[in-house]
Formats: sequence, structure tokens, C-alpha cells
Amino acid sequence: MKRKYIIPLLSIITTLLLASCRGDEVIILSESEGIKEAKDVNANPYGFYLLNEGNMGSNKASLDFMDFTTGVYSRNIYAERNPDVVKELGDVGNDAQIHDNKLWMTINASHKVEIVDAITAKRIKEIEVPNCRYIVFDGNYAYISSYVTTIIGDINAQEGAVFKIDTNTYKIVGEVKVGRQPEEMVIKNGFLYVANSGGYNSEMYDNTVSVIRLSTFTQIEKREVAINLHRMRLDKNGKIWVLSRGNYYTMPPQLYRLETNNSGSITKVEATGLLCSNFEICDDKIYMYNAPYQGNSLSANITYSVADVHSAEIIEPNFIKDGTESLIKIPYAIKVNPTTKEVFICDAKNYVSSGSVTCYSPQGIKRWSVFTGDIPSSITFIYK
Amino acid sequence: MKLQQHIKFTIAAILVSIVTSSVFANEIGDRAIDSILLHLNLEEVNITANRFREMTPVQRLSGKELEKLNSYSVADALRHFTGVQLKDYGGVGGIKTIDIRSMGANHVGVFYDGIQLGNAQNGQIDLSMYSLDNIDELAVFNGQKGEIFQPAKDFGSAGMLYIRSRRPKFKEGKNYHLKASLKAGSFATINPSFLLESKINDSISVSVSAEYLNSSGEYDFRYRRVTPDGAVAYDTTATRQNGDISSLRVEGGVYGTINDGYWRVKLYTYNSERGIPGAIVNNVWRRGERLWDNNTFVQGTFSKDVNRYYRTMANAKYAYYNTHYVNNDSKLIAVDNRYKQKEVYLSTSHAFTPFRFWDIALAYDYQFNSLDSDMANFAFPKRHTNMLALATSFQIWRMKIQGSCLGTFIKDKTITGDNEGKKKAFSPSLLFSLKPLRNGDLTLRAFIKRSFTMPTFNDLYYTDLGNAALKPEYATQYDGGVTYLRTWEKKFVRAFRIQADGYYNRVTDKIVAYPKGQQFRWTMLNLGEVEIKGCDVATEVTVSPANRLFFTVKGQYTYQYAVDITDVNDSYYGDQIPYVPRHSCSAIVQGEYAGWCLNYTFIYAGERYSQQQNIAANHMQPWYTHDISLTKEFKLKRGSALKGTFEVNNFLNQAYDVILNYPMPGINYRFTLSFEI
Repeated sequence: MKRKYIIPLLSIITTLLLASCRGDEVIILSESEGIKEAKDVNANPYGFYLLNEGNMGSNKASLDFMDFTTGVYSRNIYAERNPDVVKELGDVGNDAQIHDNKLWMTINASHKVEIVDAITAKRIKEIEVPNCRYIVFDGNYAYISSYVTTIIGDINAQEGAVFKIDTNTYKIVGEVKVGRQPEEMVIKNGFLYVANSGGYNSEMYDNTVSVIRLSTFTQIEKREVAINLHRMRLDKNGKIWVLSRGNYYTMPPQLYRLETNNSGSITKVEATGLLCSNFEICDDKIYMYNAPYQGNSLSANITYSVADVHSAEIIEPNFIKDGTESLIKIPYAIKVNPTTKEVFICDAKNYVSSGSVTCYSPQGIKRWSVFTGDIPSSITFIYK
Repeated sequence: MKLQQHIKFTIAAILVSIVTSSVFANEIGDRAIDSILLHLNLEEVNITANRFREMTPVQRLSGKELEKLNSYSVADALRHFTGVQLKDYGGVGGIKTIDIRSMGANHVGVFYDGIQLGNAQNGQIDLSMYSLDNIDELAVFNGQKGEIFQPAKDFGSAGMLYIRSRRPKFKEGKNYHLKASLKAGSFATINPSFLLESKINDSISVSVSAEYLNSSGEYDFRYRRVTPDGAVAYDTTATRQNGDISSLRVEGGVYGTINDGYWRVKLYTYNSERGIPGAIVNNVWRRGERLWDNNTFVQGTFSKDVNRYYRTMANAKYAYYNTHYVNNDSKLIAVDNRYKQKEVYLSTSHAFTPFRFWDIALAYDYQFNSLDSDMANFAFPKRHTNMLALATSFQIWRMKIQGSCLGTFIKDKTITGDNEGKKKAFSPSLLFSLKPLRNGDLTLRAFIKRSFTMPTFNDLYYTDLGNAALKPEYATQYDGGVTYLRTWEKKFVRAFRIQADGYYNRVTDKIVAYPKGQQFRWTMLNLGEVEIKGCDVATEVTVSPANRLFFTVKGQYTYQYAVDITDVNDSYYGDQIPYVPRHSCSAIVQGEYAGWCLNYTFIYAGERYSQQQNIAANHMQPWYTHDISLTKEFKLKRGSALKGTFEVNNFLNQAYDVILNYPMPGINYRFTLSFEI
């Protein structure tokens, strides 16, 4: 009588113990998707890498690859190519650049620069650089901007730095203090120009561009330009374009144009009146988008336009001609294929789900679009 | 004639039980439970008496049963409740919040000794701060309690957790009770506590309790991945850092009874310093965030039955919460912020019983909240909340119907004045309960409730992010369920209970963070919409295979289909919302024989997603833990007792994350020694 109950009872417990076991956790595998509109067997650049930030703390920085020769887009390839890297690519992928057949990536919240083979995406080296942001190259050196410095100084100053890395030995060979929270950089005639944002302190943004003489790796000048500087590009006329992000309230983001002399000094600062949130220069054209500040509502009228690099005048107020810009929720990056002049626009959506990248023809007609990882932030082309 | 008499008798019995239970619900309840348990020779197994008190789904854990669970805090014990999702950031000091039936943590009202715990800053109560040491009962209600004689706030949330601390209890002929215990175990944890209760006279008793907790929070965790062909990709073990905690809790209470009533005054203070261990991501194994908390409140209750037609109750509370947050990681922005919250709460409740079958209740609550901080551009918000609740209930035959409506009116002020707003929201509910069987073993119930959560100070006024135009976030619930409960004497099966509910919930105007358009800029919007279809089942059986040998088995299962239905164009439309498993369950097996007690618990949470989109990159594996403990109680001279417990938690040493990148402890141990007189 009593045993009759005990056996079913024990069997229930055993079932619970064994039920729904978890298997081994398999590394995240890549996914591929064919896009026939993107296929061009003779393309050069023959593809691009796209680095996705991933939301901070999620460790979901991911690397995607587009192969134009096959028209195949592959998502999340890093873990598959580097299965033995503990906790994969890392947290917040910020910038990706190719140099000497190697892909360099700054993984911001993982405080490291990841260097992989540009063909295989297999790890070559990992270099610790705290809070690293952007990468530029000059000769045998890479220069990495960082929000923080390891040089002892005033702890409250929150100064940033540029780290100098030997591209042959992958060793940090120098560090120079710049302004607060430095972002993008350009190199011109042996001088490094650094956009300082001061983004950690919205009460008191930085407003300077640091000029570093590369031969001595010292800061020779800090020139006031505008608050909260971020993007920086060099045009074919040798002028430096830098974007002030504004203060998100009263001051809109605006492009500034800088002129420099042979000793590296900034001789002219010109407010161009071009309002944009992000931009890219290709030949004579500046491609840009603008998401104006709208209080607490969602920005509805994001514009995509083209300006002339000489006159700094808008020549194409609405670059996208087929109305497909309404499908882009939050433009996050813009890149132009130097060969085909196709324009790539990354969409971060709500920042915590898959983004997308859309390819527009030079005429502003959507050619194709594909899902990316979370927060697509940086595209870098690869050449034969 | 005979039937009529029987019906009359039944109604009278039910009414008596309702009237008494709603006044001295807990007191009478305890006694009723005690008497049943005495019968079973098992102490305080969770069995509810034949009353209409529970018109909505309720689950309780109390007394010895709670003590035997391998739990560190209130949050750990809540894993045994059906329909409850726990967010656990791991370790002794890790933040733990609960969510009832996937509606979100802000829809859960947490009450400590009858008065709600507040957090006007972000609306979330970190349950890791509430230890189980001095707790008598945890009860989770869906919808609301089936009572109407209560403060207006008790009608407010979509789900409620009632934490009831121990009230003085004395053994026959004694006028004091003393308990001292010491817990020690893994993570270099040391946790002494002390309780003294004293009877001043027949109507007044006092209690003082204190508890200290110190833990390094260090434990080994493991991340292991394999390639598709089964080869190890990586397998790494590291030690959790910066998860240390040091806290001190002191509580004091005075408990009094008067003719047809009672009063209580309580002081609670909690001070802690802890590290925030943070997410484990590539190349980051240690973080530098520290948090200091001081939560102090004093609260009082007075309740009296003036006559058989009228009862009244008053509640008051003053609370002060002080938080200090520091991030001293040299690789990141240095942060050092302090927040101070103040809360004043006054409540008055009245119940009228014009006829024996009809009750009417009216309650009015006033609350003041303020938040100060040394953050830049801080808004210094202040909030006045007025709440008015009207409720009524009828009992006809074996049926009870209850309706209530709560109106909430808030008025905010900020230092700049440009953000202040008035908001109002109404929260109606309709509850129905029926006991179709004459013996009362079976209860059928249903309820409909619409409730809301007001946007918090962070949602509205957080520097650069808040949106003062936010509306309240609503939750609508439809629930139907059944409870069957039966006890036997001198049979193999001594008690059996099963409780099952099916429900449909909808969360609308859900407050979500949304990017504004510019990079790095976010705002809060009433954007989300979530649909939840769920089913909760809980069952319990107590058997006695031999004299003095008892086994109790409890099991619960939860099904949650909780999907985002905000916008059909979103990539996550129709996907399960983050961190809500579709299936979860738990089991407890307790065996007791001659002062020995063996306790085994199993907890299972099914696969989940760490973000909105249900894709492979966001997929999280199921996790399950097995815990076991053995307790032996020794009766000593003069009624004193010594008790020792040894527990092994997660004894299969599973490496798992509840929250992505927040690894949980593997196998760990704890030893408890307590002395009582």
C-alpha cells in the first residue's frame, strides 16, 4: 500500500533530475546569406569587413564579412575562425581598419586592440590599450586614440592619450597625452591631428584639436575648434574636416574645415555651416546624414545629403531618391566604396537588436540591404 | 428544511471566518495552521485553512519550511514560487529583483510588514538586501489580496510580494525568547544574527534583532565552449572579483494588543558596502564599482474593530534611503555620485459591514517622495501621491465577489520647474471565488485587473535621458484558476494541495529606453507592448510512511508565452521577451524523522534570450541547480534547543549565467548553528 506511492514519487524525482539537460555550449557559428545584387566577380575592393559594437556589457562585438566576388554576406565570423579565444571578440567593437593585409580592431570596453589576418580573420595578436577608440596608420606605426591615459597626472583632468604601436612587433612604443576623450584622427605631412571630445563631461566638453609631431611623438599645439569633436577626415585639397557633435540641446552638430601649414600648425578654422551627424569624404564629395535634435520624440526627418568639398555647399539635399530612407531607423555609420561610389549606410535600429547595412547606387537607389550584428559601426574595404 | 439549515450554517461559518480573517487575518491564520500541523505532528507545513481569504492566486512559504530552504536571501526563496522570474546577478551581494508573470519588476509591489517598500528612483527593490534570517512568511499574490480592509496601496500593483518579519511568540509560561545563530560557508561568508523577544505584559511585547553579513563574494566560475564537432574551443576558470559585501541590519519592534485591535511600531535600518562585480567580458575580469547603501525606515500600524459594523486601520511610515556609487576603474570615467531618497507615507483604511454578507471599504493614502543627488544638471524631483481606493465584497452561498477601484494622483515638482507634471491613473479590479464542494476543499476563482506603474524619477528626470511627458505603464490581467486542498488524519497521505491558474496579460505603454536619433543619445518612451499567456501550477503532498516519518514534496511549473508585439516591422516582433524562459519549474522534497530533517531542492529555468531578438547569438541555455541540506535539532534542558544545518548548493556544480555575462557560483557550502531558548 505504502510502497505503491513511493515508487511513482521516486520516479518523478528521477525524471526531474534527468529532464531537459543542457548540452555543451557550442561557440556562436557564423551565418551566411547570398545577395545576388551585390555580386561582382571583378570587384576591387573585393569585399568589406563590418565591425558591430554590441551593447556595452553584452560582450557581443561581432565581425561580419561581405564578399562581393561571391555576393555572400557572412555574419559573426570571429568565434568560428578563432574558437579558442575566451569570450570571443569582446565588448563594444569601435573601429576597424586594414593595414598591410591585417585587420586591426579597437574593442573599446574590452580595452584591447585585436589584430587578425585580413584574409582568414584568424588572430595574430591582441594588444592591451585601455578604452581605445580609433586607429590610423603611418609607415610602420599604428596610432590608437584612447579615452584614458596611463601617464601619471591630474586624476581629475580625465585626459586621453594616443598610443603608438609598432606594426611589426605589436609593441606599444609610445604614448602621448592629448585632450579629453579623443576620437578620430588624421595624419598629414608627419603630423597627427586628434579630435578631442570631452564627451565624459557634458557640462564642459573639450573643444580642441591636438597636433602631434610624429617624429618626436609630442603634442605641439592644441587648437580650439568647437565643442565635442568626433569624426575627422582629410580631403584631396589637404584640408582637415572635423565634426562637432554639438551639445544635443541648443548647439547642433556642425562640420568644421581646418587648414594647416608646413610646421603642422592649424592656421584657419572655418565653420562650414554644414549640419550633420556623421560624414564621409570620397573624391570631391562629402556624403552625410543629419538627425536633428527633437527633444524627447523620435527624429522623423533624418536627411541624407551630399556637399561639395571645395565650396562646402550642399549639392544634393536628398541623396536617396527612392524613398527607402524611411526604412532606416538610426543611421550609425556611412561609407563610400571608392571604386563604385556606392554608399553604405548602417542602421543601428534600437541598439539592442540586429542592425542592417544598406547599399545605395551612386544615383541614390537602394541596391540591397542585409541584417548585421548589433550596432554596425565600422566598415573597412579590402583590396586585392 | 434540512438543506436550508445546512446552507444557513455554512454561510454563517463562512462569514465568521471572513470577518475574523480579514481583521486578524494573520493571527488567526497562524493559529489555524498551527492546529492542523499539530495534528500532523509536522510543524508549519504550508496548508491554508478553509477560508475565502485567498480569492486570487497566492503562494506562501513560511516558518520552518522557509528556514530549511537553502536560501541566502528573500530572492533565493522566491525561486520556488510559480509565475515568478528572478533576475540574479550572482553571488551574495549581487542585485536580485523579481518579476511576476513577465510584466516587469516595476509592476511588483513589495511589502515589508504590511507597508510597501519604495524606490521612487528606479522603482526596483533589490531583494538581496532582505535576508531570510528574521522572516516568518513570504507570500506572493497575483492581482491583489482577496481582502478589502487594507491600505489603498495594496490595491495598486499587478502582483504583490508580502514579506512578514517574525513577530514575538512565546512558549507556554515564558516571557522571553532568545535566538542566536551563526552561519558560515563558501565565499568566506560569516553571518551571525541575534534575536531577543520579551513580553512586557499581557498586551505589549518587544523584539530586537540584528544581523551582520560579511563575504568576500569570491567564487570560481567557468566558461566552456565547444566547436560543432565537440572539441573544446575554450575552457577557462576564473575567480569572481569585487563581489564582496559587508552589511548590518538592525530591527526593533513594539507589538501591542488592545480590545478588538492591535498596534505595532517598527524600526528597520540596513547599512551595507558592496562591490558590484559587473559583467565578465573578453579581457575584463575585474571591475571597480562600489556601492554603499543605507536604508532606514520607521513604520507603525494601528487597527481596531470599533463595533460589528465598523473597523478602522491607520498606517504611517518614514523612510530614508541613501546610496553612494563610485566607479574607480582607471580605464573608465571616474564616477562618484550620491543619491538621497526620502519617503513619507500616511494611510487610513475603513471597513463597513452593513449586513453580514456585505462589506464596503474605503482607504486613502498619501505619500511624499524626494530624490536628491550631487549629479550634474540634477532635477531634484519631489512627488506627492494621493491614492483613494473604494472596494466592496459580497458573500452569497459559497461564493464571494469583490470589486475595487484605486485612483492614483501624482504631482511632481523639479528644481527647474519646467518638467513638473500631474498624472493620474485608475486601477479597477474584479475578483470572484467559489467553493462548490460542501467541505470547502475545492476553490474556483477568477479575476480581472488593470493596474499601472508610474514612471520613476529616473524615467522622467534622469539628466539627458528622462522624458517628463511619459504616461503610466499599464498591465491588464485576466486570470482563472482552481485550488484543491485536502488533509487526512492517520493515513499514508496526510495532505494534498494543487493549485493551477491560466492567465492572459497585456502590458501596454511599456516604458523603454529608445535611441533618439543622434548617436549615444537615449530617451524613455511609452513604446512597448507585451502579450503574455501563461500557466502556473503548484502542487504539494505530505505523506507519512511510518510513525514520526514525514515526507513533503512540492512542485511547481510555470509556462510563459511572453512576446513583444510593439511593432510588426521590428525584427523581434512576436519574439519571447528577454530573460523570460518559456518553461520553468522547481521541486522541494523534505523528509523529517525524529529531529532530523533532509531537504532537497531543484530549480530549472528553460532556455531564454538575453535580448529582444530570438536569434542564436542571444540564446541562453537552460540552467538548473540541485541543493541539499541536512538539519538536526537537539532539545536541551529548560526548553532550549540547539540546531545545526549543513547545506550543499549547486552540488552538481553547474556553470551557468542567469543574466548574460554574470556567472553564478558553482558548488558551495554553508553551515548554520543556532541556539534558542
